[in-house]
Amino acid sequence: MDYFLQQALNALQLGSIYALIALGYTMVYGILTMINFAHGDLFMVGAFFCFLIATFLKLPFVPTLLLSMFGVALLGVAIERVAYRPLRQAPRVSAVITALGVGILLESVMLVIFPYPQSVPRLLSNVAWTVGGVTISLLQIIIICLSLGLMLLLDFIVRRTMVGVAMRAISWDKAIVPLMGVPLNLIISITFAIGTSLGAAAGVMYSQAFPVIDPYMGVLIGWKAFISAVVGGIGNIRGAMIGGFILGTVEIMVVAFFPSTYRDFVAFTLLLVLLIFRPYGILGQPRPQKV
Amino acid sequence: MKKGLLLFSLLCVVSLLLSACSGASSGGDVIKVGGIGELTGDIPAVGASFKNAAEMAVADINNAGGLEVGGKKYQIQLIIEDNAGKTDQSASAAQKLITQNNVVAIIGPNASRYAIPAAEIAESEKVVLISPWSTNPKTTLVGDTDQPKKYVFRACFIDPFQGRVVAKFAMDNLGAKKAAVLYDVASDYNKGIAEFFKQTFEEIGGQVVAYETYTTGDKDFTAQMTKIKDTDPDVIFLPNYYSEVPLQVQQARRLGITVPFLGSDSWGSGELITLCGAECEGYYFSTHYAADNASPVAVKFIEAYKAKYGSTPDDVAALTYDAFGLLWQALQTAGKVDRQAVRDAMAKIPNYDGVTGKMQFQEGSGDPIKSAVILQIKDGRFVFFANAEP
Repeated sequence: MDYFLQQALNALQLGSIYALIALGYTMVYGILTMINFAHGDLFMVGAFFCFLIATFLKLPFVPTLLLSMFGVALLGVAIERVAYRPLRQAPRVSAVITALGVGILLESVMLVIFPYPQSVPRLLSNVAWTVGGVTISLLQIIIICLSLGLMLLLDFIVRRTMVGVAMRAISWDKAIVPLMGVPLNLIISITFAIGTSLGAAAGVMYSQAFPVIDPYMGVLIGWKAFISAVVGGIGNIRGAMIGGFILGTVEIMVVAFFPSTYRDFVAFTLLLVLLIFRPYGILGQPRPQKV
Repeated sequence: MKKGLLLFSLLCVVSLLLSACSGASSGGDVIKVGGIGELTGDIPAVGASFKNAAEMAVADINNAGGLEVGGKKYQIQLIIEDNAGKTDQSASAAQKLITQNNVVAIIGPNASRYAIPAAEIAESEKVVLISPWSTNPKTTLVGDTDQPKKYVFRACFIDPFQGRVVAKFAMDNLGAKKAAVLYDVASDYNKGIAEFFKQTFEEIGGQVVAYETYTTGDKDFTAQMTKIKDTDPDVIFLPNYYSEVPLQVQQARRLGITVPFLGSDSWGSGELITLCGAECEGYYFSTHYAADNASPVAVKFIEAYKAKYGSTPDDVAALTYDAFGLLWQALQTAGKVDRQAVRDAMAKIPNYDGVTGKMQFQEGSGDPIKSAVILQIKDGRFVFFANAEP
């Protein structure tokens, strides 16, 4: 039982990271029906911002987190402005290729600056408590609570504020809504800012939990978060959260109770089976093609 | 008019021939040697050490007036290609060096997962390839028959030997009865050495209680470490690269695991200590040589390397220097700059006194006969702990 609880805690930690990153994919898809494949690399940039701020400015955790989120949000908005906006009317495939290109650009730039893996300074104390055989660290609690807090905040913004209403309206119809006076470009920029800053928050927490970072760290985890978003129903914010936790739990629990070599095989087979029965994801709705 | 044209074209042909001849004769005093290193990608520290030692080995020869082969002094031209930490780029780099740059031999790549594809190319093109650091047996074996390759050699010992050494060390020196292993299932090196460790440890009466895997790029090992903790081992073996080991050790310690960790030669980069800090203190790993317990040849190399690059050479640098040393000896024995002759000389080097110890090659295997050492991490340095004979 202790063993199960310990693994459940591991699953919650990994799941909340996946969920945070998955939100970035799903928000951009929801509003632009475009998959921002550079998102995993923005997560990586978030981790590097954390490393730079913690190493050179020596700020504590909260300012480091906020500064990294802000920096990556600016970068996200800039990427949208420079790389994606000119292609908004272009075939969707061009935008996807551009996103992949932006991702590779980010990796390569980071590789030039940091050719070696870097060690991120610990910003949080290393305390851990053992409660009845289960070891809980402060870091795990912070990661899980902060992720859940950010997700609740996002859910509130999207459902209860004017910006959120505008986002949902644009995702419903990009042609008509601007005619009603909704500033299309501003709302898209805000969406990018929020989505990428959540990715950066995940990057900061990830670099605290796993403090060796390298420019390729976003590739694998980006793919996994993207898969989480698809499983949850891409375009659906609550779906992305659920998808992230499902993938995290499956990955950890397969290792916990089967030979760890089966992890990816079992995890992705399960996800494929799930998509057979729910092709639009768990919370996704089929969108009829408008002619 | 027609005659003029004929004369002109004749002149052209003659001048072309002449220039081709002069090109060949000026190239005659130069031996081209190729190098393939992991300059970028997941283990750039390995590539950097490789490049440093390679340039030093070549500069040593060129500054001394060149290498005497068959009574003639040759300058060495080194062409280093980056494989970017990718298997396909390793193979294409080998192809390029052989066909376009026309090198006499290739040194590198270092990590087994990149050395194996490059070795396949070298073998099929009949060009000598010496990997300094690839310890997986497959590097010098033909893929489907397990017969030895004819053109591929290495300067280091192989994984079965290293797996045996660490397994015996765990049992004899640390008194371990139960061992756990965590390794990267997607990498030839890690997988090979983990298997040989398990085999030997069980043969000598130990028990491998957990045998867990992950794939390259993973950073979250908490599930595997929780599982390992549950089996209560005496020692944990991590035959993984220096960029991953710190994360594995840190996560294990955070879960309350206190038993010692053991590693293999992939730990032997100064980066390990930078990334791991005090958390890897006191752990052991097997490797090729100990900088603080060196032979006179090694001391000379270490001093020169320190003077040039300002750091102690790691095992990659030492083995790279030895790989070039082996090539110089093979060239001299061959007496001519010819790929086949170099291969024949290389295959039976009777005794080479290198930085990483004495080596011997016998026809029928590309692996040298040599010994290993066990190092301990102490006060942020690698310290000699024990010798391990073959």
